Amino acid sequence: MIWPFRRERNRQTLARHISSGTLTNSFARRRVLVGAVQGGVGVLLAARMGYIALFENARYQMLSESNRVNLSLIPPRRGWLLDRFGAPLASNRADFRVDLIPERLVDTDRTLAELGQLLSLTAVEVQDLKDKIEKSRGFQPVEVATKLDLDAFSAVSVRLPELSGVIAQRGFVRFYPTGPAVAHLIGYVGPASAEEYEQDRNPLLITPGYKVGKDGLEKEFETTLRGVPGARRSEVTASGRVVRELDTREDVPGDPIKLTIDGGLQDYAARRIGLESAAVVVVDCHTGGLLTVASMPAFDPNGFVGGIGRLQWKMLNEDDHIPLLNKALRGLYPPGSTMKPMATLALQQHGVDPEERINCPGGYRLGNRFFRCDAVHGSVDMRGAIEHSCNTYFWSMAHRVGYDAIAPVAKLLGLGQQFELPGTKQRYGTVPDAAWKMRRYKQEWTEADSLNAAIGQGYVSVSPLQLAVMTSRIASGRLLQPSLIFSQHKGESAALPFTPEQLAVSHDGMFRVVNGSGTATASKLQLGDIQMAGKTGTAQVRALVSRGHVGDWKTRDHSLFVGYAPANAPRYALAVVVEHGTFGARAAAPIARDVLTYLFDPGKAWDTLLAMEQGWGGTPMERMEAKYRAYAAAYGTSAPKVGDDQEVQETITQADNTEVPAADAAALPDARPEEPPSPGASPSPSPAASAKPTPVTTATPPPAADRPAAGAP
Amino acid sequence: MVRGLIPDPVARQPWQVIVPLTLLVTFGSTVLYSAGGGSLYPWALTHFLRFFVFLAMAIVISRVRQPTFKQLAYPLYGVVVVLLVLVEAIGGIAGGSQRWLNLGFMTLQPSELMKPLIVLVLARFYDDLPPSMTASWRALVPAAALLGVPAGLIIIQPDLGTALAVTFGAVVVVFLSGVPLWWFISAAVVGAVAAPLAFFTVLHDYQRQRVFVFLDPAKDPLGTGYHILQSTIAIGSGGLFGKGFGNGSQSHLDYLPEAHTDFVFATMAEEWGMLGGLFVIGTFAWIIHWGMRVARDAPDRFAQLLAAGMTFTIFFYVCINLMMVMGLAPVVGIPLPFMSHGGSSMMTNMICIGTIMAVENWTRQAPRALS
Repeated sequence: MIWPFRRERNRQTLARHISSGTLTNSFARRRVLVGAVQGGVGVLLAARMGYIALFENARYQMLSESNRVNLSLIPPRRGWLLDRFGAPLASNRADFRVDLIPERLVDTDRTLAELGQLLSLTAVEVQDLKDKIEKSRGFQPVEVATKLDLDAFSAVSVRLPELSGVIAQRGFVRFYPTGPAVAHLIGYVGPASAEEYEQDRNPLLITPGYKVGKDGLEKEFETTLRGVPGARRSEVTASGRVVRELDTREDVPGDPIKLTIDGGLQDYAARRIGLESAAVVVVDCHTGGLLTVASMPAFDPNGFVGGIGRLQWKMLNEDDHIPLLNKALRGLYPPGSTMKPMATLALQQHGVDPEERINCPGGYRLGNRFFRCDAVHGSVDMRGAIEHSCNTYFWSMAHRVGYDAIAPVAKLLGLGQQFELPGTKQRYGTVPDAAWKMRRYKQEWTEADSLNAAIGQGYVSVSPLQLAVMTSRIASGRLLQPSLIFSQHKGESAALPFTPEQLAVSHDGMFRVVNGSGTATASKLQLGDIQMAGKTGTAQVRALVSRGHVGDWKTRDHSLFVGYAPANAPRYALAVVVEHGTFGARAAAPIARDVLTYLFDPGKAWDTLLAMEQGWGGTPMERMEAKYRAYAAAYGTSAPKVGDDQEVQETITQADNTEVPAADAAALPDARPEEPPSPGASPSPSPAASAKPTPVTTATPPPAADRPAAGAP
Repeated sequence: MVRGLIPDPVARQPWQVIVPLTLLVTFGSTVLYSAGGGSLYPWALTHFLRFFVFLAMAIVISRVRQPTFKQLAYPLYGVVVVLLVLVEAIGGIAGGSQRWLNLGFMTLQPSELMKPLIVLVLARFYDDLPPSMTASWRALVPAAALLGVPAGLIIIQPDLGTALAVTFGAVVVVFLSGVPLWWFISAAVVGAVAAPLAFFTVLHDYQRQRVFVFLDPAKDPLGTGYHILQSTIAIGSGGLFGKGFGNGSQSHLDYLPEAHTDFVFATMAEEWGMLGGLFVIGTFAWIIHWGMRVARDAPDRFAQLLAAGMTFTIFFYVCINLMMVMGLAPVVGIPLPFMSHGGSSMMTNMICIGTIMAVENWTRQAPRALS
């Protein structure tokens, strides 16, 4: 390279005179150089092309294929949840939907404005959408709208090329036909959260329209219900337009799960609760299968599917009826008098003769304190004591045999117990005893504690599910185990350690409560031969209130009822707890009557209910919609943001009905014996039900130690 | 050539260049046919027809005598510089950059005309320059001014690609004119120092971005690096024989940007593979070689510089475009001569071809004049 020029340069320095001849020579040399550079570039280009087209061909071919072919997952259709007759409690509905992927949005505000116009979204809906985009982590799809009609769907579809990041597709959406009635039992589904995706890097989780179970059975049986996604290979342009489908593999729907629930009954019970805050649990006395586990008010799981909005969340959180709490499994209440039939079994087991009569002078004297009964019942035997709910009888007897004789039977029949029910989060409450009180309050067990516990007050707290199980066990005489999954029923349950005669005494007492001259005669079944047996209960909420059935809703007594039907051959057992419903006979018993009526004569039951619903402002769904509209009008877009997915789940899990004022909790149950008479008669609040669930070892002594004692009459 | 059988006017035509050009343009039309989705419209047919129009123009240019070329050099140059100023003025009034003038019947991009004109005007300048002055400042300063004015006007449009093409054409003419070599060496040194400075001060943001992305296309695979990446994928996935005519997924599914203009080589390579690529490179080599040979045989200094400069202008187009599509150069908007769809570039290149053909004609006539 140096050679042609050095000479030239020498010549220039030696002789400044340059002739046209030297220039011609110079041109010739430099032209050769330029030609050589050009040739070199040509060779370089050919080599470069050979390198990328031949040596790296495989790599680029793969890149080209991955450009051309778009592999999209088809979310599998979720397995159905069926009731015992095969009717769907949760199904899938074909759906036109629009999602967006925040990561691919170019101009979020413009896109939202356009979508808002195309889909006629309200300001509240747009705000909820913005919240969801903010919360999502870019790759997570955000649901814009579902259940679109074809017009709106097509309107979005044709604009897709300008709306980058927006996806319009046909898919399936989870559908709960009875909405709030099954909310607590079945749970709900929602888009996978960022945490879930980080744990399981399954691309299915970020496929628009794919939902995972977030609560209840939906969450518990996620793997069964999920199914296998299909896949679609399509050729797409750079802008994402599909040119043609290459091939498609169909999805495999998830397996259905059949429950012991009777869908119709569940819906009926939930609706029958009406404006009350209540739980209804119905048990099949042959198998232990749960026919109904209803807790109302509840949220509409259909509204949770796309992620919950601000107003809905505000509505749910501000409701003093605690719609987020599953009261059937997680509500804890003093059982009150509903414990009495159980107590009669314990007394008989410890040698009390059912024919023995006790005089009720209107109360019971223990030392220098007087425990007042509801009324002056006079001379009552065991059956009469159940029929008239005479506290004096049970106080006398409990004092005689000792409360320690009663607690094991309570546990044997299911109180304070947790049951093996998948997908549920139960609280087991408290069946207190001396050891428990010492551990918990560092205090000696007193006689007064025994008396309170004997009538289901004081430290005792149980869930509606436990009450229903207790009732089913008393009614059947068997150790029925509650179940939710239809196929899980395994043969006959063991018999309870009571003689048929002993059981008959309790049954008689309960029969007379409804059909004799007892406390619930107003709630007799109007079904000819079929009769109901049961027991009312009224549980005190606060000690200091003068009467438990007046005043603020929050301070009224809880209303309870347990029962079974038909009385002569028990088939169904149930428990109804109406929060702050005052007397057991007033609020809970009529619900029990109508729910049992439904099982024998649905038409008649519906007539009753539909008439009532007119006075309540429609079905629960209609009432919720009306409330939502009222909220939308009142608050518009001013409601605070909803927390993230986990927060919502935790709020549901931790919802709690126990509220114990500190001052009351500190007061000893026996400190104020001379309270004005109230059905519960106990002066105590229910400190046992305070916030934390008692550890199982505390509430439940080992059954092995329990059984022999219970078996000894 | 078999003289006796072919009529003289036909035989006299420069078949040496018309044959490879026709091959290239035909091949280009074929590629455009595929890029248009298997249709003559909108690109393939106009491309093909336009070539013959401009070929006729080139043949007309090739008949022009040398004195006319020399006479027109400065006036034409002046007119185009005025047009460049006009473009700038109109763009300034209209608010925004503008590169073309609307003449009513066609849009004219004066900067395109400047590419062959700078070669012409510098060839004229060095031809006029007494050989003894070649090593003095008088050989450089006027040439630098002749280049500086239009290059400056083009760069503020801003159109970096064209400015570079004009500059390189001019530099090659200066180089071949025989000015002292140490000027170039010192210029190279100064350039090496000044380039980074200019990079951070003179260049526009988007131009700087292109250079960054060129250095690391993976940095921004969906943004500016997208073009380079997709073009490399298209060429690389073609392999030896290509995916077959009409089967280029990169171009047909719009992954390849500008598949019919700047990236037409990638479109071709995807469907025709390495073999197609070698054919194109080989044909260009043929044309460039022809041009350089004409320059070698040219009878005088003006003709030599003119032919070599024009050849280099074509070469610069080809070289930059191919390097760009293969990921060896940043994305600059320079089309591939005779294959990319577009009238302006076809016109410029055919003016270059026509000029070289003219030089070839002068060479053929010169010995006869001497004898």
